[in-house]
Amino acid sequence: MAKITMRQAISQALWEEMERDPSVFILGEEVGVWGGTYAVTKGFYDHFGEERVRDTPIAEAAIVGAAIGASLTGTRPVAELMTINFAFSAMDHIVNEAAKFHYMFNGQMVLPLVIRTVGGGGRQLGATHSQTPDAIFAHFPGLKVVSPGTPADAKGLLKAAIRSNDPIMFIEHATLYQTRGEVPEGDYIVPIGKSTVQRAGEHVTIVTYSKMLELSLKAAEKLSKEGIEAEIVDLRTLRPLDMEPVIESFKKTNRAVVVEEGWKSYGVGAEIVSRIYEEAFDFVDAPIKRVAQLEVPLPYNRRLEQKALPQVEDIISAVKEVYNG
Amino acid sequence: MEKREYLDIYHQMVVIRILEEKAAELYQEGKIGGFLHLYIGQEAVSTGLISARKPQDRVITAYRDHGVAINAGLSANEVMAELLGKATGSTGGKGGSMHLADVKKNFWGGHAIVGSHLPIAAGLALGDQYQKNDGITICMFGDGATNIGYFHEALNLSKVWNLPVLWVCENNQYGMGTSVERASAVSDIRQKAEGYNIKNDYVDGMDVMKVREKSLEMIEEIRAGSGPQFLEIITYRFRGHSMGDPERYREQDEVGKWRENDPIGIYRKYLLEEKIATESELDEQEKSAEEVVLESVRFAESSPEPADEELFANIYADN
Ligand SMILES: Cc1ncc(C[n+]2csc(CCOP(=O)(O)OP(=O)(O)O)c2C)c(N)n1
Ligand SMILES: [Mg+2]
Repeated sequence: MAKITMRQAISQALWEEMERDPSVFILGEEVGVWGGTYAVTKGFYDHFGEERVRDTPIAEAAIVGAAIGASLTGTRPVAELMTINFAFSAMDHIVNEAAKFHYMFNGQMVLPLVIRTVGGGGRQLGATHSQTPDAIFAHFPGLKVVSPGTPADAKGLLKAAIRSNDPIMFIEHATLYQTRGEVPEGDYIVPIGKSTVQRAGEHVTIVTYSKMLELSLKAAEKLSKEGIEAEIVDLRTLRPLDMEPVIESFKKTNRAVVVEEGWKSYGVGAEIVSRIYEEAFDFVDAPIKRVAQLEVPLPYNRRLEQKALPQVEDIISAVKEVYNG
Repeated sequence: MEKREYLDIYHQMVVIRILEEKAAELYQEGKIGGFLHLYIGQEAVSTGLISARKPQDRVITAYRDHGVAINAGLSANEVMAELLGKATGSTGGKGGSMHLADVKKNFWGGHAIVGSHLPIAAGLALGDQYQKNDGITICMFGDGATNIGYFHEALNLSKVWNLPVLWVCENNQYGMGTSVERASAVSDIRQKAEGYNIKNDYVDGMDVMKVREKSLEMIEEIRAGSGPQFLEIITYRFRGHSMGDPERYREQDEVGKWRENDPIGIYRKYLLEEKIATESELDEQEKSAEEVVLESVRFAESSPEPADEELFANIYADN
């Protein structure tokens, strides 16, 4: 299997789906001539042409709104929002239209739509450009939210998303594009709505996704040297949430830490911890811990920003606390 | 205008130019992080515009804000310190390059969500109107920002409520890599103001004196109660959109042509031809500007990092 970057994996999925299905097209800011601000669609404009790789004005509401409209007619738009921070400018269309139409119009309207976007902090972009608001999007029934942590999953999940008939927020992480991993060539599909175990272990379950998977894996390696084996469950899809591998792992370890990059309050960890208590209370051997971003808008200064973001050391100490608790 | 003022305008433009060049170097050295959007080529726009405001007039702009900050009266020291994320920066290292601000100087910020500050500007003007203040609001934004809904909502509201605001579009021909022709239904951006029945005009943004003259006229009309006006300033950014822009969307020939109209060169020539200043006086200004910038680098580099407690400071105004 070829070892490629997350960027290449996502690019491959898009390319292959566009080759396979002429109803798939891309629209977004700087996706064409520029080649994508994260270079994901480099070469697409020359190959597929401007009809299928559409540079848009800076108009997030119109990008998502038009993608919804076009999807209703049977095309399969992949709308790109340059970063998730700009998704707020399109929030009405994501929340009141994309997430509602199929249900509210009683199944008459179908929205085969993907909104690709990029989140995450850690690049000194300041408070407005560094957010990880994934949980907000996962709040709405009717919308699916996918966020891969490995190149293989990125490829397989994006292909599944493009073929899906539901509106999907596909959230990439800005600092994962260079991450390398083995990615199957050709038609590789990872089903949406399935969590998976990324590392086996017997002592503590770490539940995480996206960038925090990378940090959790690093933490697990260090913990292993001290004799603590963490099992890591990668959610991959935040909605619909697949708790099965989480509960299965927890019933084995009886201890868990949830690691997310976003803020703790009302976040992914809050959801996962509640579910574990609801579904496996009898198996709890120690209070479950959450590792998350400090409750501040992210500052520009590198040192302060890093202080606010979850670090490998934070995961290690949370796991130890839970293990010894 | 007194000679001192002419020279001061020259000095400001050169400070901006050198400060931006220095910032680019520091970015390459990894001392500045995040995004860095340079103002090189557009110096005459904000220098001419802001030279025409009174202290009670508010200024608000987008993320390409270093030059605007200098013109609004922020020191090169606090701008450079902010770029380096230091405690002595204009927002204590919290905002960074895209979010400079100094409310005491009536500079209401750099704003990084494209178009988002236009409704805010309408609100600043509303606040002044409501309180019967004498100030107006000057709101600067790019050509690209005129395609987002915020722009249209803000312009409409400003006209309906007759708000004292000057809308200033810096038309530098591109929003990132997308040319005006590819993104905007009309290439003369000021036509959009027509649609809202807002008095509008345009001016050559490479000529600081022309910008100043037009700005003075509009600002004083607005102060006298004309309601909102719209000024399109035609300009060009000599550098990429931000550091690391591969610039696949424009020919270097095109950049070269615009560079021949360097706003600093044009103004220098004007000052000499009009015999307002001599070569050596202008050279002196340049030397002084360079010293200001070098001092700002020394200041920024030797300034302390923000303290850890700053992380939780100013989340709320009430405790
Ligand atoms: C709502 C939103 N969408 C997209 C972006 C990304 N972005 C930053 S600057 C920019 C181009 C803006 O162009 P223009 O308004 O012409 O200003 P210029 O950079 O030319 O000064 C884009 C698309 C953003 N910051 N905010
Ligand atoms: Mg522009």
